[in-house]
Amino acid sequence: MPSKKYEAPGAEITPKEVFLNRRKFMAGAAAAGVGLAAAGGAMELLEPHKSVMAANQLKTVGSQWNGNGLNETSFYNITHYNNFYEFGTSKSDPAEYAYKLKTEPWTVEVGGLVHNKKTFDIDALMKLSPLEDRVYRFRCVEAWSMVIPWVGYSLSKLINEVQPLGSAKYVKFVSVDRPSQEPGIMNVSIPWPYTEGLRMDEAMHPLTMLTVGLYGQALPNQSGAPVRIIVPWKYGFKSPKSIVKIEFVKNQPETTWNEIAPDAYGFYSNVNPNVDRVQWSQARERVIGAPIWKQLQPTQMFNGYADEVAGLYKGMDLRRYY
Amino acid sequence: MPKWLIVVLKVGVHLACLLPVCWLVWGGYQNTLGPDPTHTVTFFTGRGTLRLLAITLAISPLRKMFPKWLGWLIKFRRLVGMYAFFYACLHLLTYVWLYAGLSLNAMVQDISQRKFITAGLAAWLLLLPLAVTSTTWSIRKMGGKNWNRLHKLVYVAAVAGLVHYWWGVKPGVWRPLGITMIFVVILVARPLISAWKRREDPVPVKIG
Repeated sequence: MPSKKYEAPGAEITPKEVFLNRRKFMAGAAAAGVGLAAAGGAMELLEPHKSVMAANQLKTVGSQWNGNGLNETSFYNITHYNNFYEFGTSKSDPAEYAYKLKTEPWTVEVGGLVHNKKTFDIDALMKLSPLEDRVYRFRCVEAWSMVIPWVGYSLSKLINEVQPLGSAKYVKFVSVDRPSQEPGIMNVSIPWPYTEGLRMDEAMHPLTMLTVGLYGQALPNQSGAPVRIIVPWKYGFKSPKSIVKIEFVKNQPETTWNEIAPDAYGFYSNVNPNVDRVQWSQARERVIGAPIWKQLQPTQMFNGYADEVAGLYKGMDLRRYY
Repeated sequence: MPKWLIVVLKVGVHLACLLPVCWLVWGGYQNTLGPDPTHTVTFFTGRGTLRLLAITLAISPLRKMFPKWLGWLIKFRRLVGMYAFFYACLHLLTYVWLYAGLSLNAMVQDISQRKFITAGLAAWLLLLPLAVTSTTWSIRKMGGKNWNRLHKLVYVAAVAGLVHYWWGVKPGVWRPLGITMIFVVILVARPLISAWKRREDPVPVKIG
């Protein structure tokens, strides 16, 4: 049975509808905002967005994570409201500037403590394993959430390919760092390149995904093209975009947000409604795209994946290892 | 300034402050406030409060600087100030309804644990007595001096509001900088203008 969607995915991609909605918004804003200082806050929403990067359809197979009963967030909202500081701190910046990033050619260097160091071309990564459609919840640390139909396969497939050494305890991911193609790198003063990491068992978990697509198409640039990691039970910043390097290491790696504010952003950053280290509550979340009076919903432990992943953290004090 | 022009301008202020709220309500109903409408409403009402508060606070220094030209601005100070409080109430309501989900438990937790919410609530609580005593009757009842003293709280409220804004955004976000600079200019302008006025019209020396 098809789940009820806030907007049908087919219709969302139709530029006309998007265009008309925006027109409606702008006309209303213009009428209301004449000469008023307070209206300035809406101006950021009026910026015309660059259209979503042309994407090609991927050949995919089904998976057990078919999002049974979840309302998928519209393609437009997924691709026009996200954080990707390499293009700026505003959530509309990625959609506006990500076209500047050249994603061809693209290679991912896989190295560190492994038997088979190897640099993968993006085409090779696309063929390493059948591409699966997986519908996952996505929970941002800013307390908003989406439901996203990703395309990809378990990261473990790639890890098995390179055969990590017994001494490899963590995996480090490095995102692309090209100031000339990513305006945010010059404008946002955080340590670049963006670096993330997982414990080995987290990286090997079947839910952890090497992701190359969205809504059956190749990833748009603003969503982390051409390849990214998705860890659905952790806050979104633990899922690095546009990765160029995967390194297997012995010690817990430095990760970007943890480096910026260690008290707020822990290495684990598992979605946990009972523990909040940032300034806002993590007990609830706002569903993106829902009408304003229906946005608020309770956040689930491990973002709803407790049955699958709680075992990874058995005996760990999740308040301490936040 | 002719009276009719003041009336026209006042109607303009009412419209400029109320129409955006109508647009917000209509947009919320139609779901055209962007992907995260709660966030849109929060920042719209929050920034609106600070902007209107800045306008309110700018009126006195402007009048002092140009007493001949801008004296009439005093007729607008209470009006804009009340709209600042109105926007602050909408902002608070947004939190109570759309963030805390009307749960008293959630609110108590937030206020005790989250310093940015504590600062925001403090700012609103500081504005409350000012709004309550904004009537001419109150000024008469309290006496000008006491009333003035009480209404100095508006500066504390403005600072609390700015702190609330800075603490509320993520590290690396500089969005609150613009409005902060505007408040700095307004607050610094007051003593400077007073000093300058004193030099222009020195207090006459009493001759024994």
